[in-house]
Amino acid sequence: MREVAIIGLGIHKWGEHWDRSLSDMFIDVALKAMADAEIDKIDSMCVGCMTSGLFVGQEHIAVQLADYLGIKHLPATRVETACASGALAFRTGLAEVMSGLSDIVLVGGVEKMTDVSVEDATFALSTAADQDYEGYHGITFPALCAMMARSHMNRYGSTSEQLASVAVKNHFNGALNPNAQYQSQITIENVMNSTIIADPLHMLDCSPITDGAAAVIICSMETARKISKKPIVKVTGWGHATDTLALHNREDFTTLKSTELAAQQAFKIAGIGPRDIDVAEIHDGFSIMEVIATEAIGFFEKGQGGFAAEQGRTALNGELPVNTSGGLKSRGHPAGATGVAQIVEIGYQLRGDAGKRQVQNARIGLTQNIGGIGGSSLIHIMEAV
Amino acid sequence: MSVPKYWRNIPQRYRLEAVKCIKCGKLFFPPRPVCNECRSQEFETVHLSDEGKIVTFTVLNSAPSKFSYQTPYPIAVIELSDSAKICAQITDCDIDKLYIGMPVKLQMRKLSTEGDAGIINYGYKAVPA
Amino acid sequence: MVGITSYGAYVPRYRIRVEDIAKEWGADSESYKRGLFLNEKSVAGMDEDTITMSLEATRNALRRAAIDPNKVGAVYVGSESHPYAVKPSSTIIAEAINAVPHCHCADLEFACKAGTESLFITYGLVKAGLITYGLAIGADTSQGAPNDALEYSAASGAAAFFVGTENIVANIEATYSCTTDTPDFWRRDNQVYPRHGGRFTGTPAYFKHVHLAGKMLLEKTGVTPAEIKYAVFHQPNGKFPQRVSKMLGFSKDQIKAGLLAPSIGNTYSASSLISLTAVLDIAEKDDLIMMVSYGSGAGSDAFLFRVTDAIYQTRDKAKTTMSYVNERLVYLDYGLYAKYRDKIIIS
Repeated sequence: MREVAIIGLGIHKWGEHWDRSLSDMFIDVALKAMADAEIDKIDSMCVGCMTSGLFVGQEHIAVQLADYLGIKHLPATRVETACASGALAFRTGLAEVMSGLSDIVLVGGVEKMTDVSVEDATFALSTAADQDYEGYHGITFPALCAMMARSHMNRYGSTSEQLASVAVKNHFNGALNPNAQYQSQITIENVMNSTIIADPLHMLDCSPITDGAAAVIICSMETARKISKKPIVKVTGWGHATDTLALHNREDFTTLKSTELAAQQAFKIAGIGPRDIDVAEIHDGFSIMEVIATEAIGFFEKGQGGFAAEQGRTALNGELPVNTSGGLKSRGHPAGATGVAQIVEIGYQLRGDAGKRQVQNARIGLTQNIGGIGGSSLIHIMEAV
Repeated sequence: MSVPKYWRNIPQRYRLEAVKCIKCGKLFFPPRPVCNECRSQEFETVHLSDEGKIVTFTVLNSAPSKFSYQTPYPIAVIELSDSAKICAQITDCDIDKLYIGMPVKLQMRKLSTEGDAGIINYGYKAVPA
Repeated sequence: MVGITSYGAYVPRYRIRVEDIAKEWGADSESYKRGLFLNEKSVAGMDEDTITMSLEATRNALRRAAIDPNKVGAVYVGSESHPYAVKPSSTIIAEAINAVPHCHCADLEFACKAGTESLFITYGLVKAGLITYGLAIGADTSQGAPNDALEYSAASGAAAFFVGTENIVANIEATYSCTTDTPDFWRRDNQVYPRHGGRFTGTPAYFKHVHLAGKMLLEKTGVTPAEIKYAVFHQPNGKFPQRVSKMLGFSKDQIKAGLLAPSIGNTYSASSLISLTAVLDIAEKDDLIMMVSYGSGAGSDAFLFRVTDAIYQTRDKAKTTMSYVNERLVYLDYGLYAKYRDKIIIS
């Protein structure tokens, strides 16, 4: 298999973009990524998008986006695995480059969520849960994550304040990221006093509804060495696993088995372990999910994720900075775009381009992106060369 | 919920029809074609117990539009006495007095409706035992 | 012998007090309390309706006696509040107890008499040998228009009975039905709330029919009121059944056990049937029970039951009716009551 490099990064300021369509945002980041890589030609395109059908009433968007990108007859693929669609698009692009099917691939993610009401957006997102045996009963994603939080608290003694500390940290980081949806700091009290969405989760434990897109250019290491004028980021580990769709069919509600397995695969391929990671982007759709993910990946012992966050171990100046971008919480969470934005952030960190939120001497970074409540998990490991 | 989809799930929604793997004994609700423990495809039809206890729960203050008039409402994962786990709302309860391990019993309730003129979506909910 | 082989009741836990309704309309609650013997009424929860209550009553009956669903040849649900105007309630009950597909189902409607009609018909089918078991249900989530006198009594509940020939807990000794066309109470198609004839619902309607059916049943069987342990009547309020029982020659003691309207209101199609279940919960072997229903429009069904010793092995296996009447109650204010009973225009 061929080695793969990331040579171009593209993102824009995320938020509520009343004046921009799905394709407007996507083409913006695609052109930025191509400009960043200083290329004007790609061999194919992979797009992650969760549900453009429910959000904007348009399927078959890979075609529309290739068309609007102005590259006639470009092979274009759209993939979907709920909120991990972005990471799955990245994995699909990897497979194309590794296999030699394509040499230069544009990987993008996009979601336009504000064309529908909040209730309809909640419904669209909830379609990632088991519609017949969860959705039918009135369940929502905050509810599923709240039930996992309660189990975690019950078993390990984690607290609401610990969860709040995740949101506080990610807002702190987001305030340093000009592309984040929210650029304001918050306090533990702000989180604890915010409306309870699904007990024990507060409003400020939850990621927002966001319009946004992100893109990266990947190619074979060989080509990268020839054409790239910027520091090259090499993809050194990848993992992908699934779990039951419905929460109630799982043995253990306090972990993410699919993340655990995907991380094990990725570490094995990269030949490293959790201790070797310098910076990580974790899927904090809800604060509890960052806590559980940091345990499942192996950064912390089971049950210790909340304590670690509270002690600042995952802060920007901590031993393992997590979500330097602001995470889903503060950067925003346009479902299909998140996984690609995570890669973009690690790319900036490993190139030394992360500005005020730069982690010193970051050499190895990891991304973890999940669909639903971990029905699917994708892990990628990247290293600066 | 479309009518054919509702109709297909009636045995599960009304009378908790499940399947049990003949080879390894694992229970599946709803029924599925392949056992994920032993990969057997031979099952017998069984009916789940209507008694169980709360494994984890939450109270929703924010709900999809079809359920918004019911807020706040609790939802839980319930382990039934035959070890099958299901997700269901808890009804007729004091929402401040729910706890992990609380014994509950399943009853049929009206879960939602398809607007004013569509079908009524019936299904199980749990009530404190 | 043909009779009741098992029975079950269900009353929702929610209540609203007469005072809390009267307060909203500036009405005199004492006139309802002292005049009609109404203190509070049961209210179905937001997620309850005639079908869900019917099924829970049926499941209580099945807890008392494990009846093979394949032998249930008929399911009838009597109600004036079927959730669907067209599409049966009974099919859902039959499906839920797995009595499908070899089963005759129908929904019945005859104001407050629909429940005893289902009992009457299943009795006939079992007696004719056409079916082994029949399931007879009376259930309602009845609605009274806001500020109407009915609002103080229109309540929710259900009762279910399996009728068969084996392991009978109460034998059906005799029946009598009477009917005339008497428009004392009605609800036109597409109307949410019923209308009624005020005081006309009394003498020419309720009293005439209940009294006639009761009297004819006694004459037909040659049984005297003194020989009957418990008398149960339809209860539009707490006052009417007391008055009609006196007219028929019963004492207060004979009707006390079945007089539930003061606590739960008028459960319409379930009213006399829930009272019957309360009596079966405490009756002794060989006790005679008389039950007379009333349905506006108008008619009455009268039944004479004789309790057997099978009652002792059966009744303790499910929650008693009085536990539904008295336990785990939650009192609603008028706002929540209006929400629970869909009286608020949302869209």
